[in-house]
Amino acid sequence: MTPEPNLSRDPAHLRHGSNIGQSLTRVDGRAKVTGAARYAADNNPPGLLYAVLAVSSIARGRVVALDVDAAKAHPGVVEVMTSANRPALAADPDGKPNPFAFRFEALQNDRVRYANQPIAVVIAESLEAATEGAALLAPRYEAEAAHIGLDSDEAYVPPVVGMGYPAESYHGDVEAALAGSDRQITATYETPAHYHNAMEPHAIVAEWQDETLVIDTPTQGLVMMRGRLAELFGIPPESILIRSPYLGGGFGGKGFIAGPQILGILAAKMLGRPVKLVVRREQLYGPFGHRSPTRQTLQLGASATGQLSAIHHHARVATSRFEDFYEAAAHVTHTLYAAPALATTYDAVRMDTGTPLFVRAPGLAPGSIALESAVDEMAEACGLDPLAFRVKNYAEVEPATGKPFSSKALRECYTRGAERFGWWERPLKARTMRDKDGFLVGWGMGTATFHALMFAGQARAVIRRDGSGVVESGAHDMGQGAWTAFAQIAADSLALDLDQVTFKAGTSDLPDAGIAGGSAHTATVGTAIHNAGAAVIAKLAELATADQRSPLYGAGNAGVIARNGRLLRRDDDGRGESYADILARAGLDEIEGSGAGMPDPAANAQYAMSSHGAVFAEVKVDPDLGQVRVTRMIGAFAAGRIINPKLVNSQLIGGMIWGISLALHEEAITDRRSGRIMNANLGEYHVPVSADIPAIEAFTVPEHDPFVNPLGIKGVGEIGITGSAGAVANAVAHATGIRVRRFPVRIGDLLPARR
Amino acid sequence: MNRFDYVKPSTVAEAIAAASAPGATYLAAGTNLLDLMKGNVVRPARLVDITQLTELTRIETSGNGDVRIGALVRNADLAHESGFARDFPAVAEALLSGASAQLRNAATAGGNLLQRTRCAYFYDAASACNKRTPGAGCDARGGDSHQHAVLGWSEACIATNPSDFCVPLAAFDAVVEIEGVSGRREVALEALHLLPGTTPERETVLAPGEMIVAIRLPAAARAFARHARYLKVRERNSYAFAVVSAAAGLVIENGTIKQARVALGGVAARPWRARDAEALLAGRPAEPDVLQQAAEAALREAKPSGDNAHKIPLARSLIVRALQAAAQGTPSRMPALPASPFSSIPGVLHDA
Repeated sequence: MTPEPNLSRDPAHLRHGSNIGQSLTRVDGRAKVTGAARYAADNNPPGLLYAVLAVSSIARGRVVALDVDAAKAHPGVVEVMTSANRPALAADPDGKPNPFAFRFEALQNDRVRYANQPIAVVIAESLEAATEGAALLAPRYEAEAAHIGLDSDEAYVPPVVGMGYPAESYHGDVEAALAGSDRQITATYETPAHYHNAMEPHAIVAEWQDETLVIDTPTQGLVMMRGRLAELFGIPPESILIRSPYLGGGFGGKGFIAGPQILGILAAKMLGRPVKLVVRREQLYGPFGHRSPTRQTLQLGASATGQLSAIHHHARVATSRFEDFYEAAAHVTHTLYAAPALATTYDAVRMDTGTPLFVRAPGLAPGSIALESAVDEMAEACGLDPLAFRVKNYAEVEPATGKPFSSKALRECYTRGAERFGWWERPLKARTMRDKDGFLVGWGMGTATFHALMFAGQARAVIRRDGSGVVESGAHDMGQGAWTAFAQIAADSLALDLDQVTFKAGTSDLPDAGIAGGSAHTATVGTAIHNAGAAVIAKLAELATADQRSPLYGAGNAGVIARNGRLLRRDDDGRGESYADILARAGLDEIEGSGAGMPDPAANAQYAMSSHGAVFAEVKVDPDLGQVRVTRMIGAFAAGRIINPKLVNSQLIGGMIWGISLALHEEAITDRRSGRIMNANLGEYHVPVSADIPAIEAFTVPEHDPFVNPLGIKGVGEIGITGSAGAVANAVAHATGIRVRRFPVRIGDLLPARR
Repeated sequence: MNRFDYVKPSTVAEAIAAASAPGATYLAAGTNLLDLMKGNVVRPARLVDITQLTELTRIETSGNGDVRIGALVRNADLAHESGFARDFPAVAEALLSGASAQLRNAATAGGNLLQRTRCAYFYDAASACNKRTPGAGCDARGGDSHQHAVLGWSEACIATNPSDFCVPLAAFDAVVEIEGVSGRREVALEALHLLPGTTPERETVLAPGEMIVAIRLPAAARAFARHARYLKVRERNSYAFAVVSAAAGLVIENGTIKQARVALGGVAARPWRARDAEALLAGRPAEPDVLQQAAEAALREAKPSGDNAHKIPLARSLIVRALQAAAQGTPSRMPALPASPFSSIPGVLHDA
């Protein structure tokens, strides 16, 4: 049985005119705060066994011995799965059937290619027994020297970066433009590896029910995961049911299959019983991807009056020894500032780490903090206010492609954000503002941007004989509010109240909703739902207008509209009838339509599509002790049509907090000798706590975009990080007069001796 | 974690007997011990759960005015006991700057004294650590060492003691009451923790089976109540261990410092009492150059143990700041962000 999500039907969800645009409280909120929402690891089917991973403590080499006997002798331990006895897979984990199938480790051999790689699975009657069994394995290794760090191996130019972008891209003659510039700056910025650190760890409960594989696991891509599992286990996709009604955060870390999920399924297969495998916090720092460390060198040229002439953005990134994924950190430069000459180049090194993959705002998060820092450095070199400099270099068309933007209300974001913040009171000179307690005060800003993407997704809409609706799409709620926003779109698509529509999502047997990533889920699935609703309404209209007994008979030319569960003549809304009556007369129990959402190639060929924003930050810095506190932050964003302002606000604020984190806190500290991550826990891998977060204000400015998709939706999931990280970094520089170029900024960087 | 015996004695004597067996260890709130066990950093053969020893949960004032804190008094309960917080404000402030509200509600006074270092190489069972395995070596040397010791460290170990609570306790001459098979004894808190030398595995003077039953603050420490602060510099504004912390207490009469107390946290394997600085301050006015001299004196022996040279000037600046803050007077209310340099920002409502 698929667990029915326990969604609330409070009066707060009553419809006020259109559902889209209303700040409805999230429908899954009550279930989550009361614990009724069942996450993957909350499932306990009868006969459950517990699996615990043993992971490698070396970063490169071979496992030469595991004390399997000791583990098996431990009371409660049922089995130990190693590379010697694990059941066969139908496909090679090191195969590459498509570009988004990333190589993983499922005990296919005794090789170790990064620290925290699974090297065995202990399965027991209790979690405690499995945990101790794993500890008793006492692995011995043949270790090889690990290469860790951006200078640890020979750099090369990667074949492509990010989602297949060229690694070298030139627009205009950058060298000549730089040479001819009045002002030139060259600066190098570094960002460390980041891990997703979702609250909910990766977990899987797997059960083979005859020929059907039923699994509970959090995923950002149900149908893609199902397809990959079908290949790996050699069974038809229809024989797999994945349930993922709630995710406790995804951030890109739950987009792809990784070894631990496969090992959980293999353990269930091996033992013929359901198995639960919950990955321990420290084990999350390895098999599930991370954000590559970057070292970015920016060369900017400008006229004496502050007109940019050239930007060369070079990024050194890392990938793993066995897979190719390259953080597209420099690509933000393609879209933001109107320099006539642009170049983005990359090189990369292979490190003995897990493969770096997508982390919230891939490429753009580290790229943005570097670009926004460099732009501030250039503004300073030109003696201009940072915002005035950005406005002066405003890109009316996308600089790298010359395409017009489908919509771009960035100017309004600058204006309204600056006004709300009080930006124009800012003194140009750094280290000139102090508060009454003597703390240094700094104001910084940054431009936010994120491409408005769409993937492919489908939805089905049904109107039932009682006039109610059902809308289905295998969409994913990672906490962003998909249950609510899609229900709003679904209700409008059928012209029904929210409480008359049942919205179903979160399982792999529903229409393919694509992947929840790239800030594209609302645009993709929202469009599919919109189209599915329109399709079913069209079918109903066809029934009614062709039926002589209907008051709508013959209205085909004038057309009909749907409103409040009724179809009405477009030219005379006094004439119409209810959905229920139409279906009853036609003798139908229900009527169904389906719809798809996908990017429009023609529109994409013509327009550049992005969300934009402007973020303003105030920091205070202790002049003697170097401690930093963000005290104010305001973000103004333009992101097309807003489906639910309350949810959008939360997304934007959440992103801005990630920006603070990037600038001031987050860093995976890897021991260069061992390759182990020394702070693989939430105590020592710092993300901001409440005391680090000021009263953040995010708001959206109106933006009508007729080109991105029929509903005019752009993404809001990731843009909040971009701009924000740079705004904080620039505020620190303005407060202290110290430009820190290695992130996160640490206390030691801001001590008086560093001036 | 390993399979272990679990006993829950009902008297201190029973507890000591149970804990004297090899491999036994005391369990109070377990906020540190359970993490260590889950990570297989320690694998005790027996846990002696002392949480039922209600005689250890009291805060008492004796006839001579000393305050005796039972080892099982919760950190939050002690910090929020109004008489205690009034008389020993820097101790209360240190307690409230530690960990998170949830941990403070659970963690005990005695447990705080015995928490282990947060050196990542101690927690990582695959790293060499002379504390865990004497003679194994120290991977913190040459590793990530930006948070490590600048005072009192040795080639064998550069770890720091992470406690906030212990810093003002050391400054104000707290005494630790210890009970063991051979009876009761007392040691100065300052002498409870050992510097690593060549035996970093020996972290305290406690013999096997010995239990901390109480911590005593002498009546005389009340003299500092009007001029006492604890300040803590950290990489995020709450739920982070100190990069450096400082406790300062002054007795000021007619503009002259009569007595001074200074101790540092986050710099050594024990809370670091700065007696040279105290001596230098006595009899002089709380003026910037005097405070600066005291800070110089406190760090005279300091040297980096790795990538942590910044901690030395930072500790000097923090001593000056803590002394200035103490001289200004203890705040009438506990700051919203206890021990934070930003505790005075108006409108800051966050609790730590």
